[in-house]
Amino acid sequence: MKIKITVNGELFNKHVPNDMMLLDFLRKYGFHSVKRGCDTSNCGLCTVWVEGKPVLSCSYPAVRADGKSVTTLEGLRPQAEEFGRFLVAQGAEQCGYCSPGFIMTVLAMEQELEDPTEEEILRYLSGNLCRCSGYTGQMRAIRAWLQHRKEQKGGEQA
Amino acid sequence: MYTIKSYVFPQSLEEAYELLTKSPRNNLILGGCCWLKMGSRRIQTAIDLTRLGLDEIRAADGWVEIGANVSLRRLETDPILKRRFGGILGKSVSSIVGVQFRNCATVGGSVFSRFGFSDVTCALLALEATVVLHHAGELPLADFMALPIRCDDILVKVRIPDDGRTAAYESMRRSSTDFPLLAAAVSRRGDAWTVSVGARPAMACRSQAAERALEAGQGAAAAGDAAAAELTFGSNLRGSAAYRQELARVLVRRAAETCMEGGNGQ
Repeated sequence: MKIKITVNGELFNKHVPNDMMLLDFLRKYGFHSVKRGCDTSNCGLCTVWVEGKPVLSCSYPAVRADGKSVTTLEGLRPQAEEFGRFLVAQGAEQCGYCSPGFIMTVLAMEQELEDPTEEEILRYLSGNLCRCSGYTGQMRAIRAWLQHRKEQKGGEQA
Repeated sequence: MYTIKSYVFPQSLEEAYELLTKSPRNNLILGGCCWLKMGSRRIQTAIDLTRLGLDEIRAADGWVEIGANVSLRRLETDPILKRRFGGILGKSVSSIVGVQFRNCATVGGSVFSRFGFSDVTCALLALEATVVLHHAGELPLADFMALPIRCDDILVKVRIPDDGRTAAYESMRRSSTDFPLLAAAVSRRGDAWTVSVGARPAMACRSQAAERALEAGQGAAAAGDAAAAELTFGSNLRGSAAYRQELARVLVRRAAETCMEGGNGQ
């Protein structure tokens, strides 16, 4: 089927197999941040945004994204790099394989939740699995980064 | 992984229904695809309803209506649902995998497929919801679940009586985002109670013995005992029938207690 998908602001007018998943579409056209982890709709590694909402690209039909706007980590480079520095500062990047999907969800969380509690952060991120860590390094990084973002926003308002 | 020969976005429910009934064995309505894609279905025509505006939640004329394409995530964030039924619908889905999964999975996909593990179906049953099918019309969810599973009709929306009832949901999981080992949903409107137990691991069903115990004022513990005694439980890799029976006793009691205190959201 012929579809038009906007990825990170760039329009892709492509002919795709009807059973192609968005993950395979994105990787085919060079968005290699998108990783296949479990491929069973569970681990969160393949997380991208469709119309600004985090979804599992391994389970999202590419054809369904026709006419929609998709965002991958490549499209959020400044934000991803900023948060990445907080991850590194806490030694939480580890092997890095789960990082793209994890960062996509963290950035979505920051847009969706205002001043989240620890419990709310854990709930929002429970769909992103990391096999290296016990998540405590990531939690330290998230708290430090959210504080930093809050101060930035406070500065903008003042 | 499934395969799809042709992929169609119908412009109307009638068009979708005609396509489906042309060959109900080979053609299929797509839901969120999170579960479907893991199977090996050979789909002739995949019918995608995402352009039919079935993703709305409305409250009108004494009913709350949830379109078939509403995502599980919306059940947690929608202001209409947050304020109603003790917040049970959001609570029921909040442990399912993760936000990005729940942004994909739909209410229609969960309810129509009659999955035994469906948290949302268990919660809807306790709210005495109805389902609206394109061809067969409206029928109580409990009646729909008792029918043989056939894929020759389209679930359009779920309706819940907006009757001011409160409700509570409890589930036990081996790890926090896994399928439920057992789930219990209880609702209360004055002295009228509804008790539903899901993931037995068979489909959710009501426990009338537990409802009678609560209506007779025997208390939450008696309701838990009644549900454990009345319902049948099965074994699978997550747990044995005997374990589920004990869980039913505890989870029904807890959900009933929470209802007595005003429900999950209070």
